[in-house]
Amino acid sequence: MATHHIISIGDFNRSAIDRLLDHAQQIGKKKYDKNALDGKILAVLFFEPSTRTRMSFESAMARLGGTSVSVSSVEACSMAKGETLADTIRVVSGYADAIVIRHPKEGAARLAAEFATVPVINAGDGAGQHPSQTLLDLYTIRQSMPIDGIDVALVGDLRYGRTAHSLASALSLYGVRLHTISPPGLELPPSLAAGLAEKGMEIIVHTDIDEVINDVDVLYVTRIQRERFPDSTSYFNIASSYRITPELLAGAKKHLIVLHPLPRVDEIDPRLDASPHARYFEQSKNGVPVRMAMLMDVMG
Amino acid sequence: MKHIVPAETGDDEGEGLLVRRIKNGTVIDHIDAGEALNVIKILGIVGSTTEALSIATNVPSRNMGKKDIVKISSRELSKEEVDRIALISPKATINIIRNFKVCEKQGVEIPTLIVGSVRCPNPGCITRTNEPIKSRFEVLPDEKGLRCLYCDSVITKDLTSYII
Repeated sequence: MATHHIISIGDFNRSAIDRLLDHAQQIGKKKYDKNALDGKILAVLFFEPSTRTRMSFESAMARLGGTSVSVSSVEACSMAKGETLADTIRVVSGYADAIVIRHPKEGAARLAAEFATVPVINAGDGAGQHPSQTLLDLYTIRQSMPIDGIDVALVGDLRYGRTAHSLASALSLYGVRLHTISPPGLELPPSLAAGLAEKGMEIIVHTDIDEVINDVDVLYVTRIQRERFPDSTSYFNIASSYRITPELLAGAKKHLIVLHPLPRVDEIDPRLDASPHARYFEQSKNGVPVRMAMLMDVMG
Repeated sequence: MKHIVPAETGDDEGEGLLVRRIKNGTVIDHIDAGEALNVIKILGIVGSTTEALSIATNVPSRNMGKKDIVKISSRELSKEEVDRIALISPKATINIIRNFKVCEKQGVEIPTLIVGSVRCPNPGCITRTNEPIKSRFEVLPDEKGLRCLYCDSVITKDLTSYII
C-alpha cells in the first residue's frame, strides 16, 4: 500500500476533508482510543519557529499514546554541516513512524514525501501550504455554522500568507463567496485567484473592511508583516486601517465569527477578545483534535 | 562545431541554404522564427558539443512567413526530447536522417510533464537549492502555462527565460 502523506489541501477532495473533520469532531467529544498510537513515534522536524503548530502536534501525539522526537532548528541538526533535506529525511524515516515537517522553502514537504519511507505531514513550507491549519480553520467554522454557501472575508496579507491561500482553496469546495481586503501589493496572487474563479468561486475584492463587514459570516484576519513595508510609518498607517475593533463589528451579523491563525500583532484589538464574535483562541485550541485526526489518518 | 548560418534563399523548404545536408542525424524544421537558439537550449545542447550543429534563422517560408531550422549530425533525438520543443515552437517538425534520407518525420506534441529543463521562477522553491531533485512542471491545459509540482508557482509567459 502506498504511504499516505498530507502535503497540500489541494490533494484533498471535499469528502476526504469532511471525513477528517467528522473524525476530529468525535475526538473533540473525547470519543477516541487513548492508545490508538501506542508505541508509535512521531519525528517533529521544525526548521522554522513555531509555537502552536509544533506543540499541538506533540500534544496530539501524546494524547493518542504515542511519543515525539524532535529537531527544532537547522543549527541543531546535521543540515548545519551541509546535509541535504533529502538525506535528513531518509535518515529520520528510520527513526520514526511518521514525520511532521516545517521548512522555510516552498515544496520542501513535497520533497520530503518523495524521500521518506514513512508518512509525511506538511506543517508549513515557506509561503506555500499549511494543510493542518486549513483543516482546523474549517473545523472551527463548522462548529458555528455549515460551511456551504457562506460569505467569508479574508483580511490582511493575502499575497504571502500561506494560511489564506490554503483556506481559500478549501473554501472553493463549499460554494463559499470570498471577499478579499488587503493592502496594495499584498493582494491574493492572480494565479491563485484565477484558479479559484475557474473552480466557480465568486471572489469580490474590496478596498475597505467597512464595505463588507455587515454582510459576512466569517472574518479571517491574517498578520500584516512589518518587513513588507519600506519603513515603520507606512507599516503603521496601513496596519491601523486593517485593525479589527469592537466598534467595527457593531453592525455585523450576530453569528459572525472572527478567526486568526495567530500570532496576532496589531490586527485585532485585545478588547475584542471578550466578544462572542472572537473565536481565534478556540480556533488555536482546535489544532489538537484536528491534528489527532490527521495523525490517526496517516498512522492509524 | 557550431555554425550560425544566415538564411539566403527564399525557398520554403530550405533547399539551397549554406547549411550542408547531413548524412545521419536530426533536422528540426518549421521552428518559429527566432526560436532556434532556445530550441538548442531546451534540448540541452549547450556549451561545447561534439555533434556538428547547424542553425539557420529567419529562413523565408511560404506557410510561416519566416522560420528557423536546426540540423544536428550523428544524433537522433528521442520523442521525449523533441516534445519539449513544442513548448516554444509547437509547429516544429522533426526529421530523422539516415544515410542522407529522411527516414522518419513527425510533429511535436506538448508533453504533460517537463522534468529538469525548466527553472522554477520562485526563488523560495526547494528546487532552487542543492537538493538532489530535478525541477518538475505540469503543463497546464489550454496554454495556461507550467505549474511547478513542488511549490505550485505558475509560469504563464516568457518561458524561454526559465529554460535551464
